[in-house]
Amino acid sequence: MNTVVAQLQRQFQDYLVSLYQQGFLDNQFTELRKLQDEGTPDFVAEVVSLFFDDCSKLINSMSRSLERPENVDFKQVDSGVHQLKGSSSSVGARRVKNVCISFKECCDVQNREGCLRCLQQVDYEYKMLKTKLQDLFNLEQQIVQAGGAIPQVNIN
Amino acid sequence: MPLDGGVSCLRRSEMIGIGIGELESPPLDSDQVHVLAVDDSLVDRIVIERLLRITSCKVTAVDSGWRALEFLGLDDDKSSVEFDRLKVDLIITDYCMPGMTGYELLKKIKESTSFREVPVVIMSSENVLTRIDRCLEEGAEDFLLKPVKLADVKRLRTYLTRDVKVSDRNKPKVPEDLSRFSSLAMVTPPPPPPPSITSVKSSSLEEIVSSSPPPSESSISPVDSPIRRMEMRSPGLD
Repeated sequence: MNTVVAQLQRQFQDYLVSLYQQGFLDNQFTELRKLQDEGTPDFVAEVVSLFFDDCSKLINSMSRSLERPENVDFKQVDSGVHQLKGSSSSVGARRVKNVCISFKECCDVQNREGCLRCLQQVDYEYKMLKTKLQDLFNLEQQIVQAGGAIPQVNIN
Repeated sequence: MPLDGGVSCLRRSEMIGIGIGELESPPLDSDQVHVLAVDDSLVDRIVIERLLRITSCKVTAVDSGWRALEFLGLDDDKSSVEFDRLKVDLIITDYCMPGMTGYELLKKIKESTSFREVPVVIMSSENVLTRIDRCLEEGAEDFLLKPVKLADVKRLRTYLTRDVKVSDRNKPKVPEDLSRFSSLAMVTPPPPPPPSITSVKSSSLEEIVSSSPPPSESSISPVDSPIRRMEMRSPGLD
C-alpha cells in the first residue's frame, strides 16, 4: 500500500512540476493550492472549472463579434480579452494569459486577422490546460483513494 | 426586500458548485471582521472570498457596485433604520467593472455618512500610478495588484484587527500615521444585525485551517503605511 501511495505521490509531484516548467502554470496556481485543505479538497478543481467555463463563453462571444469582417465590434472583443486575461491571471493559467496580452494588442490596432489568430490560440491553450489539469486532479484523486496525502510541492 | 434576494440568490447559484453555499452560517460574532467584496468576475469573487475566509473574515461577495450600494443601503436617498446596524469592517473592490467602477463606488462610500469611515481597498490588474493616486486621494486605504495573494489579504487583516476589537482601545499603541483608524476603535460595535444578514452565507472559523495571525503579531510600524506599501510593491504583470 505504502509504495503505491509513494509512487502516485511521486508521479503527481513530477507532473505538477512539469506543468510549471513548460509554462502552463505560474505562481498564482501555487497560491490557489495554498487555499485548499482537507475541508475544501476540491477548491482548486472547482475554481479552474469555473475558469474554463468562462473561457468557453468568452471565446464564443468574441468569435461572434469577429465573424463579419465589415462589422467587428472591437470594443466587445477587448472587453472579452480583458476578462479572460483577468481570470487566467487569477488562476495561474500562464499560457492563456500570455496569449491575451498579444490578443489585446491586436484589438488595440483593430487587427481582425490578428485577433482571429489569437482567438484560435487562446482556445487551443485553455483546452490543453484543461486536459493537463484533469490529469493532475485524477492523480490527486488516486492518491486520496489510496489513503495518501497530497504532497506539498515547492516550485522554486 | 430586493436586497436579500439580490445578494443571497446570486451567491447561492455561484456557490453551489463549490459547496461553500451549503455550509451553515454560524451566529454572527460581532467581533469578527465582516468584509464586503465587490468584483464582476466570478472567478475572482470565489478566490477573494476564499482568501478572506481563510484569514477568518466573514465575507459578503457581490458582483457590482450597484449591488454593493444596495447591500449597504446606499442605493436610495432615504436612510433605512435597519442599515444603521449593518456591520461592515472593510470593503474590497475591483477597479475595472462595467457600469460603476471601483473608483465611483469608493466615492459614493466616502460621501455617505454611515460608511465613510469604513476602509476601502481597491484591486486592479493594472499598475497605473495615476489610477492608484486617484484612489488613494479619494480615501482608499490600500491598493492591491491582482492577482491577489494570501500575503496581501493577511496584510489587510493585520491592520483591521486593531480597529475592530473593542478591548483594543489603548491609543498609544496606534502609530501616528494610522491615528485616523482610532476613530474606528471608538465606534461601539452594533447589536447583532437583522436575520437577513446572517442568512448571507459565510463560514465558521472552525472548518478553515486557519492561519489568522494573533493580534499580538500585528505590529504596524510607520513604514507599513498604505502609501509606502504601495510603493514597495513590484509592478504587476501586465
